[in-house]
Amino acid sequence: MIGDLLLSIFNSDFLYSVIRITAPILFAALGAVIAEKAGVVNIGLEGIMMISALFGVLFGYWTQSWLVGVIGALVIGVLLALLIGFFAFELKTDIILGGIAVNMLGAGGTIFLLDMFTGMRGNTGALVTRELLIPTVDIPLIQSIPYLGQVLSGHSVLTYLAFLLVWLIWVVLYKTPLGLNIRAVGENPNAATSIGVSVQKIQYIAIGLSGAMAGLGGAFMSMYYSQGWNSGMVAGRGFIALAATAMGRGEPVGTMLSSLLFGLAQALRTKVSGMQGVSSYLVSVIPYLVTIIGLVLYAISIKNKLKKRHAVTEGAE
Amino acid sequence: MEQEVIVEQKEIVEQEDFVVQMRGISKVYPNGIAANKDVDFLLRRGEIHAIMGENGAGKSTLMKILFGLEQPTSGEILINGQSVAITSPNKAISLGIGMVHQHFMLVPSLTVAENIVLGMAPTTKSRFLIDFKKAVQIAEENAARYNLRIDPNAKVIDIPVGMKQKVEILKALVRGAKILILDEPTAVLTTQETSELFKELIALKEQGFTIIFISHKLKEIKQITDRLTIMRGGRSMGVYNTADISEKEISRLMVGRDVVLKVVKDKSQPTETVLKVRDLEYTNRWNKKMLDKVSFSVRKGEILGIAGVEGNGQRELVEMLFNLNTPDAGTVTVCGESIVNLSQDKIRNRGVSLVPEDRMTYGIADIASIEENVISDRFGNKRFNKGPLFNMREIHHESQNLIVDYRILAKSPKQQVKMLSGGNIQKVVVARELSSMPTLLIADQPTRGIDVGATEFIRNEIVELSRGGTAVLLVSADLNEVIELSDSLIVMYGGKIVGYFEDSSQLDDLTMGEYMLGLKHQTEEEIAKVSYE
Repeated sequence: MIGDLLLSIFNSDFLYSVIRITAPILFAALGAVIAEKAGVVNIGLEGIMMISALFGVLFGYWTQSWLVGVIGALVIGVLLALLIGFFAFELKTDIILGGIAVNMLGAGGTIFLLDMFTGMRGNTGALVTRELLIPTVDIPLIQSIPYLGQVLSGHSVLTYLAFLLVWLIWVVLYKTPLGLNIRAVGENPNAATSIGVSVQKIQYIAIGLSGAMAGLGGAFMSMYYSQGWNSGMVAGRGFIALAATAMGRGEPVGTMLSSLLFGLAQALRTKVSGMQGVSSYLVSVIPYLVTIIGLVLYAISIKNKLKKRHAVTEGAE
Repeated sequence: MEQEVIVEQKEIVEQEDFVVQMRGISKVYPNGIAANKDVDFLLRRGEIHAIMGENGAGKSTLMKILFGLEQPTSGEILINGQSVAITSPNKAISLGIGMVHQHFMLVPSLTVAENIVLGMAPTTKSRFLIDFKKAVQIAEENAARYNLRIDPNAKVIDIPVGMKQKVEILKALVRGAKILILDEPTAVLTTQETSELFKELIALKEQGFTIIFISHKLKEIKQITDRLTIMRGGRSMGVYNTADISEKEISRLMVGRDVVLKVVKDKSQPTETVLKVRDLEYTNRWNKKMLDKVSFSVRKGEILGIAGVEGNGQRELVEMLFNLNTPDAGTVTVCGESIVNLSQDKIRNRGVSLVPEDRMTYGIADIASIEENVISDRFGNKRFNKGPLFNMREIHHESQNLIVDYRILAKSPKQQVKMLSGGNIQKVVVARELSSMPTLLIADQPTRGIDVGATEFIRNEIVELSRGGTAVLLVSADLNEVIELSDSLIVMYGGKIVGYFEDSSQLDDLTMGEYMLGLKHQTEEEIAKVSYE
């Protein structure tokens, strides 16, 4: 049995599915990275994904264009995130509460909205035709490499975008003035204020960008992964993304690696539950178990880091 | 005499080149506290000008107004002869004013160069990416020009305090500051770092910069400044040429009582020793010795006061007495038993009470009710419990009594503590700490920032408690309070006890000032007298 499992893990189909499953987690996790760097906790990623997933399908259907659908999902994501920001920065509510509110809106409000706009219940059924799915791309040269081509080629446009964004966000955070301001605001808002950088403006930008990421993640889910919107579709990916970010220490590349780990765990679950003689309930625990182990390892490393830091730090308060 | 001085000053104004003129500045906070009262502050171009004064004298407020962090209630500010409204730090920066705060405003994980260019980072031709080489170059060029040695590529978290301060100064200079405000810059520095800073400041002065130097360290002021403005109780006590004024005179002007509130009390009749502190030592994490062989005793029935300018070890001492921190060496005993490393609960069980300096953090839970706050040290008592539940009636009864006894102005015992005024919040703390009938009461700044009525009431309560047989240790930066309230008094300076006065009623402000500012100290034998068995 173990042999079968190992064989199927190194199967190119399996690795292809790992990448596919990782993409939506990665989108949301990158959103969390940007927010966290600016000192903002965006716990509303899950709800943003739900709502923008729905609007992605709707916009796509209304305009009969997948691209408009994706852009619509992104815009909705930004608006929802800014709404959380508005509650937190302007009205001074706890940002966690704003996030929870959006999550609840995502769980309940979407069903209502769907019914209102289309009269459908629970899922979008036939709204998503083949032409409205996010298209896949075969990468020339790479696709013809045996094995590797099967794993890396033929993914959707958004899948590639997700991995491209890892690099892009790293550049923004570490190589641009905006990124410098984001990091300064997240680490020592007083330092930013003292030289005239507006903390609030930077935090709005950061949470807006994080909403854009989650919006793309939502579009990916409904317009590619599930081929249509349904109410149980996001299934905690927004929260797993937060765990992936924490495990990746809030860094883009680390977050990508931990997202891949979560993707692997989910793919494994799907794989193993198809095998005979294994309790499917037990198997369904795998992704969450990985989350817990990951977070524990993360906590330990942070603790060690703090200890070291405490030893060398002087005077910075 | 005074008239003449004013006339003379007016003439000077017309002739001289002032970069900053602050005229008739008053600042009254919404809670009614007047931090600045009709203050004039004139800064000559190219001088190093000290602002001196005790904590709470109003020097920080005045500088916050100049840097746009606070708005004056009345008064006028002229920069280079132009009347201006400094509405924000940004505005101050654009007027060429830079401030180096006492707590550094740096981002630890960024490099020195990144911190310096933050908010104005140079970009490459694409205008999208930061030009890091250019940033380092900017940092290096400025560092060289102003002779401030830094490592532009090091992360701020890894550099020593002295360098952090240079980065702060550079941050201001790079933004075009011509006037630098340094808020107690030497408080965190070692002796070598201090002398290095002074060399750099003098070099800056020679390049035409004007420097405002906030401090209460006499020796440093004498060493580096040209002129000084002394503040006391929110007012300016005048401007002096540093060379023309003696340290003694500065101390007289700085330390002194505006209004002497008399406290009526009988002579103390101390009996056995309650608190015994011996050879207490503590070095903080920045390697500064905060307590240096501190020894003293407090007896039943007396109030021992600790006077001193803040930051001379008083806070650390109180922390050690209530196990909020652990001493490096030394012993603390209450009635013969050591209390070092005991939990606060156990320390309280030995009859020790604390009125903490920071009442909002250590004194109360602000969103809890008065009732909940006053029983927080005694809710385990059988009286307040009925089986597994609280005896609400008894708790209500107790808090109602305390509200009456301690004259707490509140709508009901259920009112949230944060809804009360400062004076009444302090009365809640005092009610709890004094009503437990402690053997030892530690009162740390018991009347800071509260109104006259509450102040008088709390002082009388403390006297009454001590006359009933409690040993009281009073720590206060308020000279009036510490002299009037204490029976005997010790003065702390630089982590040491520098003077012991058995009868504090004989003390005058002048002597006190000299001890508090480190101009004078007693011999070890004289100080040892406070360590009776």
